Amino acid sequence: MTAILELRGVDAAYGATEVLRGVALEVAEGGMVALLGANGAGKTTTLRAICNMGVRVRGEIRFAGQRIDGQPTEAIVRLGIGHIPEGRGTFLSLSVEENLRLGAYLRRDRGVSADLSRVFGYFPMLRDRLHQQAGTLSGGEQQMLAIARALMSRSRLLLLDEPSFGLAPILVQEIFRILGVINREERMSILLVEQNARLALDLVGQVFLLETGRVVASGPSQQIAADESVRRAYLGQ
Amino acid sequence: MNMQALLHQILSGLVNGSMYASVALALVMIFKATHQVNFAQGELAMFSTYVAFTLIEVGVPYWAAFVLTLGVSFAVGVAIERFIMRRFRNASPLTAVIVFIGLLVLLNGLVGWIYTYTPQKFPSPFDPSAWYGTIYMSPHEVGMIAVTLVVLAIVFAFFRFTKLGLAMRAAAENPQSSRLVGIRVDWMLALGWGLASVLGAVAGMMAAHKLTLEPNMMSSVILYGFAAALLGGIDNPWGAPIGGFVVGVLENIAGAYLVGTQLKLALALFVIIAVLLFRPSGLFGRTVVVRV
Amino acid sequence: MASAEVPMAAPAATAGSTRRVGRASRGLAALFVVAIVLPFLVSDYYVAKLTQVVVYAIALVGLNLLTGFSGQISLGNGAFYALGAYASAILMSKVGLPYWATPPLVGAICFIVGYLFGRPAARLEGIYLALATFALAITTPQILKLDALAPWTGGNQGVQIVRRVSPIPDQISHDQWRYFFCLVVATAMFVIAWNLVRGRTGRALVALRDHSIGAGTMGISVASYKAVTFGVSAMYTGIAGALGALVAGFISPDSFEIFVSIQLLVGGVVGGIDSLPGTLFGAMFIEFVPDLAGKLSKAAPFALYGVLLIVCMVVMPGGAAGLVRSARAWHARRSLHRTRS
Repeated sequence: MTAILELRGVDAAYGATEVLRGVALEVAEGGMVALLGANGAGKTTTLRAICNMGVRVRGEIRFAGQRIDGQPTEAIVRLGIGHIPEGRGTFLSLSVEENLRLGAYLRRDRGVSADLSRVFGYFPMLRDRLHQQAGTLSGGEQQMLAIARALMSRSRLLLLDEPSFGLAPILVQEIFRILGVINREERMSILLVEQNARLALDLVGQVFLLETGRVVASGPSQQIAADESVRRAYLGQ
Repeated sequence: MNMQALLHQILSGLVNGSMYASVALALVMIFKATHQVNFAQGELAMFSTYVAFTLIEVGVPYWAAFVLTLGVSFAVGVAIERFIMRRFRNASPLTAVIVFIGLLVLLNGLVGWIYTYTPQKFPSPFDPSAWYGTIYMSPHEVGMIAVTLVVLAIVFAFFRFTKLGLAMRAAAENPQSSRLVGIRVDWMLALGWGLASVLGAVAGMMAAHKLTLEPNMMSSVILYGFAAALLGGIDNPWGAPIGGFVVGVLENIAGAYLVGTQLKLALALFVIIAVLLFRPSGLFGRTVVVRV
Repeated sequence: MASAEVPMAAPAATAGSTRRVGRASRGLAALFVVAIVLPFLVSDYYVAKLTQVVVYAIALVGLNLLTGFSGQISLGNGAFYALGAYASAILMSKVGLPYWATPPLVGAICFIVGYLFGRPAARLEGIYLALATFALAITTPQILKLDALAPWTGGNQGVQIVRRVSPIPDQISHDQWRYFFCLVVATAMFVIAWNLVRGRTGRALVALRDHSIGAGTMGISVASYKAVTFGVSAMYTGIAGALGALVAGFISPDSFEIFVSIQLLVGGVVGGIDSLPGTLFGAMFIEFVPDLAGKLSKAAPFALYGVLLIVCMVVMPGGAAGLVRSARAWHARRSLHRTRS
């Protein structure tokens, strides 16, 4: 399978502060990959580097074989990457429906309404709250709205920054289950950044471990989960 | 208090209010998108009005000139954002204020240079003996309110029901998330400026017949516009036109019964300061509810 | 915003800084000689213009203290300029005071009014304060035209001011005498401002501007300092207005339109909004550049002025003082490299 996302020798900096050094990672097409690591390791920076959001980047970033480093964010998104940032990026003063329609902003086909119905299939509570102001939704509901928005965009690759943040465990399990379903049914490749290593390991196929801006370990999730030294050092088990 | 006279003042206030409503909405649009106050809004409106004047002088019929002016005004607004304001998007408030003042002086000077400061008559498209004139309002005044309401309705419909309008609202609220859904935020800001310029042009063309056309025509209108925008909530597009009509009526009533016509402008000053000190979010200032 | 010239602690006595102080006092002495000699070398027309430059410089000190040092953007200092002018005119024509007695009184009046305005204004931040002061400036001519005040202000007619002030008109013309009077007042006011800025007050103002919340926790009453600064700014601007009225000989409500406030802000920023020496450059800019712009393009001085403002903000947002600072820093880096290699 070809890689839908490839990073090679990526350095990233905010102004003069270097955050990433020589990061290399890959997401296979149709695959699910987790980027794990402690606070401050550079996980969020990696996602921001992929979408060119306020980070200076050196190195190669390829999406479906095409180089995207240095391009404006809107153009990168246009190619088929969806990104749910830290804080979920909800348009708080707009309604749930408007948020969803914004997810479909780039689409010119007629399938938008049909997709709305499908999205309600995954997240029925959104249909009930369709005209509610998005800022009044709970954290879990906003996370579902964010994923629904990404679904509306029919992206090929979805980047998620800490989807479990601030959510009750039972909600996180549900969201991760849905991510798995989406990955299979919608053929959406997923790269997720997480602090909650255990749930992530259960969900994804590949793991990359980041420490102070460098990839220090990588491999299939079962292998990483089973590795004693890695578990102790990074997964706190 | 004579009821007839009071009614006259109120209606007359609504007429002025229609000008303030357009200007206030223009101010709020730019503030919402950029968090900057467009001190040059009045001069921009005045400039557009002179464009209309030129077209009419060379023989273009009124409504054709009106529409053409809206187009030119839009283009000018977009150009100003694209080539001037974009450089100062992240500038300090002081630098931004100087740039707006520079724009104000530039537009005023340009018009004064081309047309001199002599007041000119600006025609009205509304026949002075038309059926919809009453003892309270001349046909032009009725027309002013009608045109303003139509334009406001179109603008609101645009924002509420079109994809582009939604994208502009999104870009104003959350530029980063907007980029992440593929919206070209830079262009949305330019479009916002274009629209604000158009709103100003409408206000200017309606006002010019009443106030007579001269480069300093909008200097008091802009002040009332500021008062209206603050009153309605400086980031509330619905509050702005309501604020405009309220300020118009207030101006007339206070001028007729309370402070006399000489202090009407000071009333605007008073409203501005009172709102800023006691209720900075205005009457309808929106608070976005966020669950943590 | 460019950093202020006020050092946070007493500067260490390095060879560089002593050289700088020496250079500065030589420059100041030269400036003084020029200032005193110049009026005898040029026509009375230019003497009047130079006097106006001095007057503007005083007003700009007032503006810089307010906007540059305490960070309060004011588009309304023209109102205080008008207040000072009218107060002086009324004191001279109705109360009969001589021209040299009005500045202190005008200063006191304007300080009080400025302070009273400054107390509520202290609660307004950045763009909102700019808006409120903008409104004040636009409203000023209308207030001055009020019928109720006409017995004092002369309404639309305005007020004439006695200008023939030289006791030795054959040796020193009236224009020249006025110039020297303004120069004396300006020197005194600059010295006061210099001391204000160098001392504890100055440091407090800078702290206020850059970290108003932090300043509050360090025991500086933010509202008080801001209001007092407003008062001081109004005082300087008002005295300048009084002197300006003397120079013009006649004031009316239309002399104090929004453009005065705009000019003051422009002069402040172009010179460097937190620089005292910059006020001289700024004052010369606003007095002479509109004329120059008029010469370049006979009929479009304002349009050119507007373009100049915008270009200025692109090219030198820190004003002339900012340019000087950058030049010094660049020069210092170069000489550092030279001594190293």
